[in-house]
Amino acid sequence: MLKGLIGKKIGMTQIFDENGAAVPVTIIEAGPCFVTQVRTPGKEGYSAVQLGFDEVKPKRLSGGELGHLKKSNIPPLRFLREFAVKDPQVSVGDQVKVDLFTAGDSVDVIGTSKGKGFQGGVKRYHFRGGPATHGQSDRERAPGSRSSGTTPGRVYKGARGAGHMGNDRVTAQNLKVVLVDVERNLIGVRGAVPGSRNGLVMVREARKQ
Amino acid sequence: MSDLLKAVEAPVNPNIPELRAGDTVSVHVKIKEGNRERIQEFKGTVLYVKNNGTNSSFTVRRMASNGVGVERSFLLRSPRIDKVVVERHNIVRRARLFFLRGRTGKSARLKQKFS
Repeated sequence: MLKGLIGKKIGMTQIFDENGAAVPVTIIEAGPCFVTQVRTPGKEGYSAVQLGFDEVKPKRLSGGELGHLKKSNIPPLRFLREFAVKDPQVSVGDQVKVDLFTAGDSVDVIGTSKGKGFQGGVKRYHFRGGPATHGQSDRERAPGSRSSGTTPGRVYKGARGAGHMGNDRVTAQNLKVVLVDVERNLIGVRGAVPGSRNGLVMVREARKQ
Repeated sequence: MSDLLKAVEAPVNPNIPELRAGDTVSVHVKIKEGNRERIQEFKGTVLYVKNNGTNSSFTVRRMASNGVGVERSFLLRSPRIDKVVVERHNIVRRARLFFLRGRTGKSARLKQKFS
């Protein structure tokens, strides 16, 4: 069954559970999403559901996007995302809401992490840098050795080092759903979620429960 | 802040009056023992109040036996707080009364404020 939604990260706060303990939560405004396409093994070779989210003016979309949605009488939507589902049990045009989830469920939240720009090895991979004392100069955040010596005489591909950090697709796995507000289309998960506020996130049933 | 965040945050507890540093207060805390719930009082001086929306808190200091000071922080909107009774307001000239930590007995007294 389809258990996924597209949403927008609203921000973090804390709420109190039934024991009165404060729980850190990220609030996500998820859905209502439209089923814009159902992919089947017969036609596309795999089984998935394409969901659409965030209604916009028609002029914001290209003709192709508009046509794709118009075919099934769906309003213009800014974002389309696919969720792999074995047995969808939904059809094109259906609306899905946060009531797919209930408090206590485990979910994965997929988002795009905040971009950090070009960063050194210390921030990017937690290199320890060099010593601060014993006569060292300019070595506090140096990466050290990247590879071996004359053999192999080069740096292996994929060696960790300075480079662009962030702005990656990141999945936060196994977050507990602590709050579902169907009226306001809100879902609250325990802990942090990748990305900035107002960033697009996908919420799906946890893969590794 | 987003209104959507405010919508899910805990509401303000109507049984907690406005607190200020230096107030002598008695905090009634709900305590669960097994499946029985009782109320415990924690009486002392408010050291400081942190106003930060749903994360607002205040810290109360009291003298336990043997002159040992005990400080306890409470989240202002915590459902564990039944109520707070302000017993007297005191004259203080700062927002955070950390100087009380080094004092005991007579020097730890505060003058009452009548208004």
